[in-house]
Amino acid sequence: MTVTWQTLADALSLGGIYALMAVGIGLVFGVLRLVNFAYGQLIMAGAYAIAYASVWGWPSWAGILLCFGVVLALSVLLDRLVFRPLRTHSPAVMLVATFAIAFLLQSIAVLSFGQLGTVASTLGPLNQPWDIGGVEIRKIAIVSIVIAAVCLALLQLLLTRTSVGLQMRAAAMDFRTARMLGVRANRVIGGAVLISGLLAAISAFMLTARNPQVTPIFALDDTIIVLAGVVLGGLNRPIPATLGGFTIGFASGILGGGLPTNQSQYLPTFLFGAVILVLLVRPNGLFARGGSEERL
Amino acid sequence: MGTAEVELDGRPGESLRASSISRSFHGVQALRGVSLELRRGEVLGLIGPNGAGKSTLVNVLSGFDRPTRGRVHLGGRDITRWRAGRRGRNGLARTFQHSHAFRGLSVRENVAVSALGNGASQRDASRRAEELLELLGLAPYADVPAATLAHGDERRLGVARALATEPHYVLLDEPAAGLPEAEVPDFAAVVRSVRDEHGAGVLLIDHNMALIMDVCDRIQVLDQGETLAVGTPDEIRANLDVAAAYLGESAVTEE
Repeated sequence: MTVTWQTLADALSLGGIYALMAVGIGLVFGVLRLVNFAYGQLIMAGAYAIAYASVWGWPSWAGILLCFGVVLALSVLLDRLVFRPLRTHSPAVMLVATFAIAFLLQSIAVLSFGQLGTVASTLGPLNQPWDIGGVEIRKIAIVSIVIAAVCLALLQLLLTRTSVGLQMRAAAMDFRTARMLGVRANRVIGGAVLISGLLAAISAFMLTARNPQVTPIFALDDTIIVLAGVVLGGLNRPIPATLGGFTIGFASGILGGGLPTNQSQYLPTFLFGAVILVLLVRPNGLFARGGSEERL
Repeated sequence: MGTAEVELDGRPGESLRASSISRSFHGVQALRGVSLELRRGEVLGLIGPNGAGKSTLVNVLSGFDRPTRGRVHLGGRDITRWRAGRRGRNGLARTFQHSHAFRGLSVRENVAVSALGNGASQRDASRRAEELLELLGLAPYADVPAATLAHGDERRLGVARALATEPHYVLLDEPAAGLPEAEVPDFAAVVRSVRDEHGAGVLLIDHNMALIMDVCDRIQVLDQGETLAVGTPDEIRANLDVAAAYLGESAVTEE
């Protein structure tokens, strides 16, 4: 197995994208104790927005704007129509509800756009290589590493320096006590869902640039791998979840690029096998500190 | 002895009131028709042996538990069905026996988040946090994670956090447990300042009888889920029933 600079850059960029997705899933899990299985379909919807904007001949920036609009609108709808009414029900009810939404969105995509998919050709130039000191690296790899780093830094500032961020962290640690202290549930949940949606839109853009063929199962595999990564890192803290997402993205990038083609179909087997092994040794996750958290 | 009336200045009718509260858990009666009134500007002690129902009553008052029977009123409004958060926003705060600190947040952030929840601006929240950490002697630990605090300090963090909401009524569930004996007088001064400077009503549960007798205006004694006596510290001290139910069998001494 040989690792080229291109493979390394690709792995770093996939790690960055998965880290953003992990934060998006982890933030909502933090305040709602809900794993949002429809997260991949939010990304798929954003990818279709970019693809159709491209089919309609819109410039790429307009397609990206449409992607943000669609994903954020869906996130807000999801919060208002599903999360808020079901918030006080058992986690199992909400979990099943997000499964239902995932299948619903996927079916809508199949019925409306067909199985074959649509190509987002406007983002094609991002797949052209940049020549960096004699090494050719796809532009999207560099772009997504930079975007992921900037987003994670901004997010860290938001969570530690702002009032809503502090309240989100408190609510993620102990929702009931936070509410007792006056923290508004709808505000922190709405905030988390919105940021999670923003991250889904950004991920949609970067994943579409990497793979312009948008189908109804777009980002499905990625989301399952990210979920494993989030569990691997430790579910209820943003930073471990982020590291988990990055680790599994990076690993799958390296393995995917390094394995011979006839073996790369076993990639998920390797990844999930490794996740199971890690969790057997560290049940709280690879990057979690201390004992298990109290669950309410 | 019956219900002793203590003269309180101002705000007639301003009280947190529990009327004939009963609460049973799987057939076990934790509270049987207990009534309690906490007025603004007073410190009410709530004592009794372990299992008397003190914490259950605090849970019912603060909305962390629903009574099987009975009502809770806050300043004349029936709040029996209100959730804890709504009670919190309407001037009711509490501490917990078991730490409910946000363990991953710093001590300062724990207090600030409480002020923010109560509508303070970010600047006011950090100012209030500084003041309260100073008041409770926690200033040296402001920037460490709450998880690293010693038990007694954790209790005081709970008090600081409850006070950060600027409550009208504050329920302190064993706040002085784990506090070194030498620091008890300072803590008593904190409780008095909450009453005198903020005009809040303080419900104080504690096993430290010296603290209770020193700082309370009135004391209510619970035993086996019922009210055994209500009165001034002197009256309670003189009451033999109380001595039998509580003081006699517990290891705490008054002196």
